Amino acid sequence: MNNTAFVVIAILTLAGALAAATLQKLMHAALSFAVTFVGIAAFFFLLGAEFVGLVQVFVYIGAVAVLIVFTILLTRRDVEKDRGFTWTGVVVAVAVFGGLIWAILETQSLPMAAPEIPALTVKRIGEVLMTSYVWPLQCVGLLLTAALIGALILVMEEKQ
Amino acid sequence: MSESIDQIFVSGKQWLLSWLPGAPSWVIQIASSLINIFALLAVFLTLFALMSVLERKILGRIQNRYGPNRVGPFGLFQPIADGIKMLIKEDIVPARADKIVHFLAPVLIAATAILALGIIPYGRNMTPFTIDGGILFFFAVGSATELTVFMAGWGSNNKFSMLGAMRAIAQMISYELPLIITVLPVVMIVGSLTPESIVAAQNGYAFGFVPRWFVFTPWGAAAFILFFVSGLVESNRTPFDVPEGESEIVAGHMTEYSGFKYATFFLAEYLGMFAVSGIGVTLFLGGWHAPLGILEFIPSYIWFFAKLSILLFVYVWARGTLPRIRVDQMMNFAWKFMLPMSFTCIIAAGVWHYAGRGLRGWLWSFAVIAAVYFTLSILLDTRRKFAPRTYRFAE
Repeated sequence: MNNTAFVVIAILTLAGALAAATLQKLMHAALSFAVTFVGIAAFFFLLGAEFVGLVQVFVYIGAVAVLIVFTILLTRRDVEKDRGFTWTGVVVAVAVFGGLIWAILETQSLPMAAPEIPALTVKRIGEVLMTSYVWPLQCVGLLLTAALIGALILVMEEKQ
Repeated sequence: MSESIDQIFVSGKQWLLSWLPGAPSWVIQIASSLINIFALLAVFLTLFALMSVLERKILGRIQNRYGPNRVGPFGLFQPIADGIKMLIKEDIVPARADKIVHFLAPVLIAATAILALGIIPYGRNMTPFTIDGGILFFFAVGSATELTVFMAGWGSNNKFSMLGAMRAIAQMISYELPLIITVLPVVMIVGSLTPESIVAAQNGYAFGFVPRWFVFTPWGAAAFILFFVSGLVESNRTPFDVPEGESEIVAGHMTEYSGFKYATFFLAEYLGMFAVSGIGVTLFLGGWHAPLGILEFIPSYIWFFAKLSILLFVYVWARGTLPRIRVDQMMNFAWKFMLPMSFTCIIAAGVWHYAGRGLRGWLWSFAVIAAVYFTLSILLDTRRKFAPRTYRFAE
């Protein structure tokens, strides 16, 4: 049951990613990208990390996908010309793919069995965020505040 | 006796599942999920049909006229006539519209609305799908609605649809923040994201007769009002129906949809209303608990749907009474007033908890909320002095 679920979700995710990379119309590609995000969220659910899966839906589909789609809409040029086939593209793609596969295969912790951790409840995430990972949390908060203020300044300058 | 009436649907489902005696466990799981889904769809599609005619009748009474009263007794079979009309209408798709996106948009909007209904506890042991992070699931699914609204606006290849979709998305994103932040005090006090535990934390009575619902605490009342208003906005209802403002941009992102697809948008809006009201009842109004101890013989699902009906009546009441709010007034309201008040609710909930959850906690948290409210009302005052009204008549 787990294996069939994994295969089905993998096919969905890969199909979405392929469509996002190869479709002619940019908007269709962006929407297939959102399908890929759904697939990744399903993977998180399959692994038992429900909180991360839900946050994935929240952040990626609710915010990032909307952002991408709005950017395409507001900066779209009417002529979408086809770049055509270049060999440099193939070389770069194969190099990136090879690098990622090498990095994954070199990871030490893959062959080992996963250690028994207690079920990941939201309470435990909160505890860990506030004790062991409080500095990354504050840094992320500062980063988000800076981004928000930057966006506000960009908008306000145009008005004046 | 009242126990068995209370659990009648649960025992009914068990009886249905007993028809599959020796099946492997995954078949039982799938059958159980299918029964849940069918029951959920049956209940809420019937409620949708009933609500569409009741809304028109209540709006009619508010406007001093009868609503639809031709089709059945008191016009209650009107949804059947509406359904037949929607089904036999010609399905017009604009020639240069994006066929796939145009088709998928209403489907996905309705799908996300139905998904959100699945985690609400409708009665004792009567939740269709128990997910550990149920509240988070609800908001995640709601945030996926924005993308589908954009698809509807963009797929129509119509500038007004696009404008309508962008206004709708701006409105929904702005009000999602107060919607989610007002839920945080409840989650904080209960300590769990599961709707069942939130309902279970609201049982019992303080002083013997006041139910321990969160709406009877100051932070709960303020959070409930903010949550309810944000729910009004999220489902694009008047006074916040700028996206479907008929006098401004025809029907906004739904302009190019006819017949059954328009009915699907309508369905999605109403199901969104049901979902937000259902979560409001679960979080603040005590879910399926009875308000008085002596009334506990009435089954739990009756109480849930009674509270849901009261909230839906307030939705229709607001629609019949209030004019539409301008877009910039709405944005100001969200970012300048509702967001600070939502944060105040979190602080007030913490104050309530740490001052002991009794009378002292009540007074202190009320003081916090009142202080912030009055400060905001002074800071946000536009200081416009109103001149006496002058009338000019034709000479």
